[in-house]
Amino acid sequence: MLDKFPEHIAIEKQLPDAVHDWHTDFGDRTLIIDKNAVAKVCKILRDEHGFNMLVDLTCVDYHPRRPRFEVVYHLLNLDKKARLRLKAIPDDKVPVLPTITDLWPIADWLEREVWDLFGIKFEGHPNLKRILLYEEFKGHPLRKDYPKTKRQPLVGPQN
Amino acid sequence: MKPQGNGHTTDLTDALKGTVMTTKFDQLLGWARKYSLFQYPFVTACCGMEFMSTACSHYDLDRFGAAFPRFSPRQADVLWVVGTISHKIAPVLQTVYEQMAEPKWVVSFGACASCGGPYDNYATVQGIDTLIPVDIYIAGCPPRPEAVLDGLLKLQEKIQNAKQEW
Repeated sequence: MLDKFPEHIAIEKQLPDAVHDWHTDFGDRTLIIDKNAVAKVCKILRDEHGFNMLVDLTCVDYHPRRPRFEVVYHLLNLDKKARLRLKAIPDDKVPVLPTITDLWPIADWLEREVWDLFGIKFEGHPNLKRILLYEEFKGHPLRKDYPKTKRQPLVGPQN
Repeated sequence: MKPQGNGHTTDLTDALKGTVMTTKFDQLLGWARKYSLFQYPFVTACCGMEFMSTACSHYDLDRFGAAFPRFSPRQADVLWVVGTISHKIAPVLQTVYEQMAEPKWVVSFGACASCGGPYDNYATVQGIDTLIPVDIYIAGCPPRPEAVLDGLLKLQEKIQNAKQEW
């Protein structure tokens, strides 16, 4: 059985139900955390464990598996060169997670990208609108049930 | 030819030898236009690197009278569409084309501009000829500079032999 790593134990002391699971698959230590505890866990990791950089924030759609979405956070401790991956699983129908824009400003654009392409809402985000696609676009194209070649041209034919 | 009737013996052809050429007006205009192409590079992707290397001194587009980039569509003759055109930028491309003054030509540079290239997805226009008329398509992903020069020469040939609007 895998030993819990120190950050995991520290989080469990403050938030007993926050961590659902953990593993070290493919070389990165990973915590699967409760969707309502994302912001709290991130704050503990940033303030008490030195994870001062949010490297990436993205989403994976495992459709048709249920639950289908996993939002993934990659954290980096620049001083200790330590990495940690967090995964949170939002609801399928109305996927909502708490924002972490107040912890790392870069999360602003990353969360907008996830909203744009996957349709995950981030509660408390100051400006949650599309970042890559145009406002007229309907739907979220990186969802696996979005038709692969469905185009929504602004000008020209529906090619 | 020899003038007749008044006793002159001057041979006009001999007299003007080497100083005058005769041609058709359309041919003259075409000749002038094909060697003074001001270009508008609409560069959106990696094809731009090949376009730059073609324009620079190794391959030297200037040899063909087509070196001068104008970043105002009002002053440009040739619209080079270099790279992937997404549906988000498509209205901009169309506006730039409409802002160019006649006569104008469009070169579709590389696979993406010509047909969408490898991007058969929600984001990419499947060929700019769905939006604006295209004169020359240059194949390649991206095209080598030799292919670009070939495309330019073909465009010049087309301009030379076209009926000129003026």
